[in-house]
Amino acid sequence: MAELADYAIQSRDLNLWYGDFQALFDVNLAIRRGIITAMIGPSGCGKSTFLRSVNRITERLGYVRTTGSIDVLGQDITAEVVELTQVRKHVGMVFQRPNPLPLSIRKNILFAYDLHHAERPSAAQRDEIVEKALRQVLLWDQVKDDLDGKATTLSLEAQQKLCIARLLPVKPTVLLMDEPCSALDPEATAAVEELIWDLRGEYTILIVTHNMAQARRASDECIFMLMGKVLEHSETAEMFVNPAKKETADYIEGRYG
Amino acid sequence: MSATAGKGVRRLDAADRLGRSWWIDQIARVLVFVGGISAIVFIVAIFVFVASWGLGFALTELDWGEFLTSPRWRPTSESNPTYGALALMAGTASVTGLAMLVAVPFSLGAAIFISEFASGKTRELLKIAVELLAAIPSVVWGFIGLSIMNPLIIDLFNVPVGLNVLNAGVILGLMAAPIMTTIAEDALKAVPDTYREAAEAMGATRLQVVFKVVLPTAKNGLTAAVLLGVGRGFGETMAVLMASGHSINLPTSPFDSVRALTATIAAELGETAQGSEHYRVLFTLGVFLFLVTFVINLTADLVVRGIKKK
Repeated sequence: MAELADYAIQSRDLNLWYGDFQALFDVNLAIRRGIITAMIGPSGCGKSTFLRSVNRITERLGYVRTTGSIDVLGQDITAEVVELTQVRKHVGMVFQRPNPLPLSIRKNILFAYDLHHAERPSAAQRDEIVEKALRQVLLWDQVKDDLDGKATTLSLEAQQKLCIARLLPVKPTVLLMDEPCSALDPEATAAVEELIWDLRGEYTILIVTHNMAQARRASDECIFMLMGKVLEHSETAEMFVNPAKKETADYIEGRYG
Repeated sequence: MSATAGKGVRRLDAADRLGRSWWIDQIARVLVFVGGISAIVFIVAIFVFVASWGLGFALTELDWGEFLTSPRWRPTSESNPTYGALALMAGTASVTGLAMLVAVPFSLGAAIFISEFASGKTRELLKIAVELLAAIPSVVWGFIGLSIMNPLIIDLFNVPVGLNVLNAGVILGLMAAPIMTTIAEDALKAVPDTYREAAEAMGATRLQVVFKVVLPTAKNGLTAAVLLGVGRGFGETMAVLMASGHSINLPTSPFDSVRALTATIAAELGETAQGSEHYRVLFTLGVFLFLVTFVINLTADLVVRGIKKK
């Protein structure tokens, strides 16, 4: 059995209800540190719900109830005493539609940083933070001359990269990505996928995708969910070549979903 | 075979042209068109009417230097009537200014609470309450100014008269707040929820979301809300007439009684001979008010359009 520290995210008997509708049933997952784990399954299978539970953004809805627990790096984030802002500092999230704030590129990058740092660093340091984050997402050369331009006027690809970049200055441990490429064209998808692959190792990445081929080429491990339950969790190569369950095989081969 | 098909097509054609629904459609189209352009027709008609009495006089006989700079409004003087509107303008401006000091924090606070913090039943209840508040007739507000605010101000500040800038300003502020709240709330609602979600996912608290994301994004709409409130303040008549003391003064403190432009028209128009100089100068005041509110509303409209372009 692997050491506790090998896992970035561990859920125990996680159940989740939207009002009366139960979306997750006894989800027990252990997601390894430093790799990319893809979550696949047909619409409504609960993969996005699980993803969104890991930084508790599900709670925005107000009518969500959960039982069980989720540990991030050994800390139970569902505990009463846990501060939401701290959870979200450690667990960054990238959304389906790129959602940069309607501010300048610079302010977008520094937004989370400023939320989590009471002391303002010098202007030079701030510039350094911005440059470093943008370089990490391979966006620096494209936008370095227009850092005060509106982020919402960038191309979708650049916006999505910016949305990843703005998480990095607060040094998260986990990055959650909810179909990060589904609003992008194939070329932009390739660019963002490449970027995600580059971030692997430094960050634990959990990515939800509808795109079978994407899961296959851009993840180390794969989780297949169906009707709110985890059916299979194995190495990606293994799952796509030799799925253990019939439902997995049928889904991968496109017989439903 | 082809003959039947041809016949079928002809009959369909005929039904399409002469059917009842076609006529209803045409009539409805005309009615909706008339309804749609009526607003423009009315506004032009009103302006032409007011201008026909006020503008000709204003351009030929009126002493503009006196009108704009003299506080002496003595239209009924037998020997030497003077038409200095400065005190009236100062009255309107001071009351509206104070009203905005009252209304802006109230209405923005209410809008932020309704849009960002309240949920479910609380939100619905508040929205209904705000709309009810907006429906209170201005004469009722004036009555409150006369019968409640007046003695209250006399007692609290130990002044001889409670009908003054403070009284009218507070009353007008409370009157303008509901409509400003509604417009400001619309502006906040127009901020896409994805922005809030993005900020919250980065660890922002709800208050941080409001101040760092929602308010900056909605600032054009909020500015428009305030401007429309100012327009409302300029145009309000009855409540200001009742609460301001209606005496001609260049106010130097909130406890001075003042007279507003609108209140002057309302109080004097019925007493003047139609077509007289006094009558026409009142229409000039009307033109002036019309232009001011027109500019304010136009600005508000342009500011709102500014958002959509971005």
